Amino acid sequence: MELLNILFVAPFVDITSSPVFFAEVVIGGLMTGVMYSLVALGFVLIFKASGVFNFAQGAMVLFAALTLVGLMERGVPIPLALAGTVLVMIALAMLIERMMLRHLVNQEGIILFMATIGLNFLLEGAGQIAWGSNVKVLDLGIPNQSFEVAGILLNQFDLFAAAIAAVMVTVLAVFFQKTTIGRALRAVADDHQAALSVGIPLKTIWVIVWSVAGIVALVAGIMWGAKSGVQFSLSLIALKALPVLILGGFTSVPGAIIGGLIIGVGEKIAEIYWGPAFGGAIEGWFAYMLALAFLMFRPQGLFGEKIIERV
Amino acid sequence: MAQDMTKPRNIGDVLLNVENISIAFGGVKALDGVSFDVREHEILAIIGPNGAGKSSMLNCINGFYHPQDGIITFKGTPRQRMQTHEAAAQGIARTFQNIALFKGMSTLDNIMTGRNLKMKKNLLWQALYFGPALTEELEHRAKVEEIIDFLEIEAIRKTPVGKLPYGLQKRVELGRALAAEPDLLLLDEPMAGMNHEEKEDMCRYILDVNDEFGATIVLIEHDMSVVMDISDRVVVLDYGRKIAAGTPDEVRANQDVIDAYLGVSHD
Amino acid sequence: MFYRESGQFKTSYQKDQQVFPIAQDRIFIALLLVVAFAVVPFVADEYWLQAVIIPFLIFSLAAVGLNLLTGYAGQVSLGTGAFMAVGAYATYKITTAFPEINIVIVFLMSGMVAAGVGIVFGLPSLRIKGFYLAVATLAAQFFILWLFNKVGWFFNDSPSGTITAPPRTLFGIMISGPEATAEVRYFVSLTFLVVFTVIAKNIVRGRIGRSWMAIRDMDIAAEIIGIQPLKTKLMAFAISSFYCGLAGALSVFAWLGGAETEAFSIAISFQVLFMIIIGGLGSIMGSIMGAAFITLVPIFLTNMPAMFGIPMATDLSKHIEEIVFGGLIVFLLIVEPHGFARLWQIGKEKLRQWPFPY
Repeated sequence: MELLNILFVAPFVDITSSPVFFAEVVIGGLMTGVMYSLVALGFVLIFKASGVFNFAQGAMVLFAALTLVGLMERGVPIPLALAGTVLVMIALAMLIERMMLRHLVNQEGIILFMATIGLNFLLEGAGQIAWGSNVKVLDLGIPNQSFEVAGILLNQFDLFAAAIAAVMVTVLAVFFQKTTIGRALRAVADDHQAALSVGIPLKTIWVIVWSVAGIVALVAGIMWGAKSGVQFSLSLIALKALPVLILGGFTSVPGAIIGGLIIGVGEKIAEIYWGPAFGGAIEGWFAYMLALAFLMFRPQGLFGEKIIERV
Repeated sequence: MAQDMTKPRNIGDVLLNVENISIAFGGVKALDGVSFDVREHEILAIIGPNGAGKSSMLNCINGFYHPQDGIITFKGTPRQRMQTHEAAAQGIARTFQNIALFKGMSTLDNIMTGRNLKMKKNLLWQALYFGPALTEELEHRAKVEEIIDFLEIEAIRKTPVGKLPYGLQKRVELGRALAAEPDLLLLDEPMAGMNHEEKEDMCRYILDVNDEFGATIVLIEHDMSVVMDISDRVVVLDYGRKIAAGTPDEVRANQDVIDAYLGVSHD
Repeated sequence: MFYRESGQFKTSYQKDQQVFPIAQDRIFIALLLVVAFAVVPFVADEYWLQAVIIPFLIFSLAAVGLNLLTGYAGQVSLGTGAFMAVGAYATYKITTAFPEINIVIVFLMSGMVAAGVGIVFGLPSLRIKGFYLAVATLAAQFFILWLFNKVGWFFNDSPSGTITAPPRTLFGIMISGPEATAEVRYFVSLTFLVVFTVIAKNIVRGRIGRSWMAIRDMDIAAEIIGIQPLKTKLMAFAISSFYCGLAGALSVFAWLGGAETEAFSIAISFQVLFMIIIGGLGSIMGSIMGAAFITLVPIFLTNMPAMFGIPMATDLSKHIEEIVFGGLIVFLLIVEPHGFARLWQIGKEKLRQWPFPY
């Protein structure tokens, strides 16, 4: 009885008794969710366009943030540092294409996946050697004040982050759906060889998409870094992006966003209202379990297409 | 190439009965009330233009698709809805239109896998690879070698099948299906993409399988000369419906069949 | 010149199905075993055994286990660390509750417990494949470690939250606990590795191994020829987790002497995954070669600067290690996606023809 109460009654009593606090929890979750979405977005971009499940996305977030902070620490003004980091990410994309992807054309997905795990380690090591591995403060001068709306505490920075995410998603959606490059990207994702045969320059496409993913990583890195400092743990959020992808589907941009929000809100609520019943710290696995439960019912994700198997 | 017509064909009772089968995918009717039966030891060909529902028919027979309507009766028992793997246990084996071999495994292992259902020794014995497990393995190896011998693929026994040319892969696939010693063998375009000589070889294997192993065969084929030569009876599908059935000669003379192949509009 | 099979004729299928059909290979393996059992423990010192060789043996066992699941049955798992933890914690629980049970039996029982947990987390594999399944195993990884961290029962409520290997004997010899010598622990690990490698090889060359590979290569065709996907995959999860559990048990009882959940973190899962990628997916021998590589490279990298008299900060050498690791993985995948095992095979082919390659 005690257990049933803790699991099924007490949390709901808490929720209804203090709706303002609940709203704050939800908003907090949404903000974390936006961050997850941004990381997941990088995954989706690369997966959509090159069929590569890029495990190194988290490391790219870390790498981008470290580069930015490193440049700023050396006295480079913010706009220049941003531009410099973007250039570094583009150079990185070219390097990755030149050194890695080019040699792995037509390998099985799992091999490419493993290669990006290797890349993950490379970037983590290189980023920390180049810029140091201590925790760094990232201050871009984004206002970080709280204010109240209808009794609910809001934070300017969070709103700013949400706005940025919204803009990015819109731009990317247009980019994918409306431009020639977007169409070429989708063709490449479908079939490398077929795309080559109709004259789509595979290598250029890869550089473009990895660059875009690099810039998305930079944005994610700025947001996370400004909130909690630039440090190694940034690359670990890549793992959190996995359940997000499961929920949203690997190829869906809106899926990445909505998946991120669901996971963000879900784990916050679970931690605050159900966490105590389990002894706390359930944030560590809740997202995965949620994704797993979800998979059992809808293996293709929220927005993924159902695959008809034929022989 | 022509079948020896003087040889008596001991066609037996009905082995498989397909009754009023219908299946649709998202509104598109792949099969629409198809009925026919297959008798023991006969070779039945299913023909029809592309998209007529031939492969869907085979998929229904071996339990990969579940028809939305109709009854399939195999060996006298009407079939309940079942898992795909159960059809194999009942004695149905097949080959595929696009070769579905296990590419990372050798020819030998592929064909040995076809005998999996017949191997019973449990994990513990297998872990030791000794005593009963070893005896079993060797017994089945001997059987598999008979098939390898029959299909004349001794030389590629240990080659990973992914590296074999297309024609040989088709042969290995036939071998894998034979290894299960099936009562009913479903062949989905066994001769697609082959040159004339390879086709002749394959015809010979199919006839021998029918003759020596006593397997009943349902095959899909586009090459009409092959179909007319080797099959006892022919079922013609078009747009998911059965439009004709009978001996090759009857079917050849059927006006609907001629229309379907020459393309008369469907309205 | 000396390495060829000419003149060695196979007169029975049994002979043809040997693991090492070429006589020279058999001699080589026999020599290797003799060296491992009779030479190494007397030559290697405490540091080498403790820091290099024992972890290598234990990780080899885990790598063999993961390779059964990922390399043979084609199911990617990122939960190796968790399954190892299950083995370690189960051993701890069983042997502290029933000290009279022989420790080797306890190890095997713990493997069974890990197998059971593996089956539970393998259940989703019926419906989900590939990367999706990898996420399911991540759930196992985080959930199980959280459980072992939070619930005191698993570590007998010890205030430090760690489990420690109590002293246990086998045939009157201390094989676990603070008084067990490195040599003895080496023997224990080596014996487990050898026995279970042979078993793994036997499983993969028989019916079960073939059904795993069939599921891996083309699951639909496998199902149509009568292989039950769920049963086959669950068996792969069970056996693989058994191996990982055993490796986890050994890593606490024959290597570390004590551990907390951190010792089985996601980093371990990745490490074992690297071993089998680098060694060769779908190769038992490759798993062991990969384990050797992954355990040796860091040792080499940590010691090398010192050898040349260059002082190096530990975190710098850790980052260099990451770079070298990552770089090597990418490089190896480009050069030979099938790992050391394939390189080894190619080498043998070359050797057979040497010195007259035409």
